[in-house]
Amino acid sequence: MLSSLFPNVRWEDMWEASLQTMYMTAISVFATFILGIALGLLLFLTSKGNSWENKFVNGIVAGVVNLFRSIPFIILIILLIPLSVYIVGTMLGANAALPALIAGAAPFYARMVEIALREVDRGVIEASQAMGATNGQIIFKVLLPEAMPALISGITVTAIALVSYTAMAGVVGAGGLGDLAYLDGFQRNNPDVTLVATVLILVIVAVLQVIGDVTTRAMDKR
Amino acid sequence: MIELKGIKKTFFAASGPVEAVKNTDLTIEKGEIFGVIGYSGAGKSTLIRMLNLLERPTEGSVTVDDKALSKLKKKDLRLARQEIGMIFQHFNILWSRTVKENIAFPLEISGMPKEKRKARVEELVNLVGLTGREDAYPSQLSGGQKQRVGIARALANNPKVLLCDEATSALDPKTTDSILDLLKKINKELGLTIVLITHEMHVIRKICHRVAVMEGGSVVEEGPVLDIFHHPEQPITRDFVNQLSEPEEMKESISHLSEGADGTLVQFTFVKGATGSPLVTQLIREYQVEVNIIQGKVTHTQDGPYGKLSVLLKGDESAIDNALNYARGQVKVEVIPNA
Ligand SMILES: Nc1ncnc2c1ncn2[C@@H]1O[C@H](COP(=O)(O)OP(=O)(O)OP(=O)(O)O)[C@@H](O)[C@H]1O
Ligand SMILES: [Mg+2]
Repeated sequence: MLSSLFPNVRWEDMWEASLQTMYMTAISVFATFILGIALGLLLFLTSKGNSWENKFVNGIVAGVVNLFRSIPFIILIILLIPLSVYIVGTMLGANAALPALIAGAAPFYARMVEIALREVDRGVIEASQAMGATNGQIIFKVLLPEAMPALISGITVTAIALVSYTAMAGVVGAGGLGDLAYLDGFQRNNPDVTLVATVLILVIVAVLQVIGDVTTRAMDKR
Repeated sequence: MIELKGIKKTFFAASGPVEAVKNTDLTIEKGEIFGVIGYSGAGKSTLIRMLNLLERPTEGSVTVDDKALSKLKKKDLRLARQEIGMIFQHFNILWSRTVKENIAFPLEISGMPKEKRKARVEELVNLVGLTGREDAYPSQLSGGQKQRVGIARALANNPKVLLCDEATSALDPKTTDSILDLLKKINKELGLTIVLITHEMHVIRKICHRVAVMEGGSVVEEGPVLDIFHHPEQPITRDFVNQLSEPEEMKESISHLSEGADGTLVQFTFVKGATGSPLVTQLIREYQVEVNIIQGKVTHTQDGPYGKLSVLLKGDESAIDNALNYARGQVKVEVIPNA
């Protein structure tokens, strides 16, 4: 039945492409979460009135973050090819796309982290200082837990953006559903392949959204 | 216990320097409840925040429990702060933690081992009257309950001093009273020194032993609460005292009633050392006068009753004279001439 509806779809290829998309998304979301939080914390803590207040460091980090956020992703991939070769040893395949995916998404997420941290009640931070907490304790016991719902909803938005980034990663032969839709669907004029690949991408996005929403709600005790 | 010497705090805002606290000396004794009252912007919060160096004084020294805070290294300051609890107007508890976890927070900071923490938290939950609510999140608590969490948290590491910045200002009068009672109990049972900031005179009246009045960044008057109530010297102090003893309608009704009143109109002022003995009962029983209470507000401070009572006395002239003589030994007596 399925093969008569979608005569040109090779299901093993479709499955493999889905796995590649999920693989790239999963690794890059994880790395973006860690790197984005680190950068976001740095942005927040070095800003005015906070414990590591430092105009110079803040200016540099903010500059780098803004720079990477404004480079179009497709160009970022090409610019980062040498870096990818250096880190993962190849300029082709799913792994080759990872540095660009992370470099594109982490600054984007870092800004969301910074905003989330700024929303944390100043009074609570001050109360912790009054109790004699160290900066490390304030970061891990106050700032991050109190901002967690916003951090999770932020990473959900970022993860969805990353799914669409992976589609562009086809230029470095990264594979994935976007690549399949373009090469097999568009270039060879197989609209059924494009359709199925699109539906699968939508399913992945929907699943990410649901996971994100449920987690955010479970964490939010406000 | 606490000594401020030549304390000054100047903020350098965009609009120019703001002298939030001007050259101030203050000594707070061990075990007392010390109140600071003043209108908004007087510098009260700035002053109390200098007691744990949340705000660094521009000049002067802060000594708490024989430690000169401003001279301490970062690490030692953190340790010193563990001995100074603080509670806040807006509670400042973590919404991401339950009551239990919030109270355990300062214990985690001070590095108490997990097994000991549990018992200590339980003890504190009972002390502040939150038994049964241990697993609730702050969003499920009332304002008064949140402040109880704040108090338990502030007491967790057995501090020597408790700082309260407008701790009851966000609460209704009844809840305010219950929180003040709790603070009084803690002061008595644990011998804790409490410094309390407020703009409400009845908070001072209810639990403070001594009070400082702040205006425009300076302490303008200071002394035992009853003394201040009886002999307010500064106009601002008088304003605060009058807030309590002379509600507006009181003056009016007295002058109104004195018109054509039949009898002797007298105002009793309960002064320092008054025993709170049943004055009115005595007058009626022993001196055979009729006592008609017109208006009054008598409140109780840590050191005895304070307030005013207006009565109309009827009876023989000699009986009234005797009664007034007796009363003069107990309270301040003012005979108000009939209009
Ligand atoms: N961080 C700051 N920067 C600049 N000015 C400040 C700062 N904190 C306080 N001030 C100023 O210092 C003065 C005293 O403020 P403070 O908060 O101590 O008053 P307060 O007596 O606690 O008032 P309230 O009853 O409203 O809390 C005010 O004029 C205030 O504007
Ligand atoms: Mg204040």
